[in-house]
Amino acid sequence: MPADQPLRATPLNSVHCALRAKMVDFGGWDMPVQYSGIIDEHLAVRRSVGLFDVSHMGEIEIRGRQAADLTDFVTTNSVHKLKQGQAHYSGLLYGHGGFVDDILVHKVADDHFFLCVNASNQGKDFEHIRAQNHFDARVEFTSDQYSQLAIQGPKAQATLQKLTRVDLSAIKYYWFTDGEVCGTAARIAHTGYTGEDGFEIYAPPSEAVRLWNEVLRAGEEFGIKPCGLGARNTLRLEAKMALYGHEIDASISPLEADLGWIVKLDKGDFVGRAALLKQKESGLTRKLIGFEMRGRGIGRDGYEVFLDGAPAGWVTSGSPSPTLNKNIGLCYLPTERAQIGQSIQIMIRNQPVDAVTVETPFYKRAK
Amino acid sequence: MYPENFRYTKEHEWVAAVGDAGTIGITDHAQQELGDIVYVDLPKVGAHIEQGKSLGSVESVKAVSDVYSPVSGEVTEINQTLAEKPETLNSDPHGAAWLVKIKLSAPAELAGLMSAAEYEAYIGAEK
Repeated sequence: MPADQPLRATPLNSVHCALRAKMVDFGGWDMPVQYSGIIDEHLAVRRSVGLFDVSHMGEIEIRGRQAADLTDFVTTNSVHKLKQGQAHYSGLLYGHGGFVDDILVHKVADDHFFLCVNASNQGKDFEHIRAQNHFDARVEFTSDQYSQLAIQGPKAQATLQKLTRVDLSAIKYYWFTDGEVCGTAARIAHTGYTGEDGFEIYAPPSEAVRLWNEVLRAGEEFGIKPCGLGARNTLRLEAKMALYGHEIDASISPLEADLGWIVKLDKGDFVGRAALLKQKESGLTRKLIGFEMRGRGIGRDGYEVFLDGAPAGWVTSGSPSPTLNKNIGLCYLPTERAQIGQSIQIMIRNQPVDAVTVETPFYKRAK
Repeated sequence: MYPENFRYTKEHEWVAAVGDAGTIGITDHAQQELGDIVYVDLPKVGAHIEQGKSLGSVESVKAVSDVYSPVSGEVTEINQTLAEKPETLNSDPHGAAWLVKIKLSAPAELAGLMSAAEYEAYIGAEK
């Protein structure tokens, strides 16, 4: 992003500043990275409830008689298996099998799909989908019509239930309902990016500040905390959820990223399918795997990973885990060495530090 | 907030000196910017450090940052408690969480650093 381009702001920007959040440039957006502190916010979500402004996320809607066919053709997961009111995680791929983006697909109706996409990818996602539109379908860029709040944590449902007549207990995980929150029309999705139970609500930007304040009030008895992108990152890392630009990008395929579960090769043709088939036949050269530090230090994004004294891979994300009190991370390794229990060294500021590959997710909530 | 008897750098370190005996730390502004601190790496006692060069690093949940020495000299003591309790840097950066004590080799360097008032104006303008 050119330096002279002004940062984009969500409708909650002034609220974050009033809360004295530390603001950062996140892919061209002026976003809160933390309020009370990453660890404090992280633990609030794991133990009780946290509120995130994720209005920077993009929305793209596909409508029309062949909306399902287009959505299915541009994504890796099986759109035809979605029921009305159901959502799933999916990949938007280039023909060569690398990621354009990772997205959530919501089936609003047989002829209407609602895609939630990454903020900094939304423009290219829209162009990419439009370029593939040889169907009787319309692709609409609707980011400006939505603010998005994420209410996450074991007390998320109890918090949000105070503000809506919709019976939240009736919304299954990864399903959604078009209802109301505080009397405002809202899409309420039982989704999240924290590895914790929770909801994401899509509502008109003009209502964002009121909803934010109402959610904070409703969650007060549970000790709700406003949470920034810092905690969002440590939470998603513990749950081993991918972050575009880290675990995945245009050069990485979903098979390499351990996201084979969102790839339905037998569903029919889709953009990237041929490349993934070929990759599957010839075998993967590298794979994403989790690690824990054994020595002192934190293996961070971009650090080199060594095997037998030679460079063999790289760290995609690394952080202290506030829940586990360990230093954890994800890295790419040659497939044959991407086995649990593999000793590795991570080059931290020119010093090799011992780490070992481990099972993921690092954290799984009790159901 | 910012002690009058400290001198400050643009990289957000402070030094308090009496004669040629100095104490070095990072500022409250620095700890706020870093967030939750999880590691502190310090030089060994006896190490020679130079003004403007890295004397160690401070690592928070989200990033690792060099600490640049405000003055030159020889390290006489390091704050051992930070290895066990790095979070002290978040709660008391101007006091209990000093980083190193140093024998200044060029006390005249102090004159080139900012006063408390100058530093406050500097971080005010930076925002």
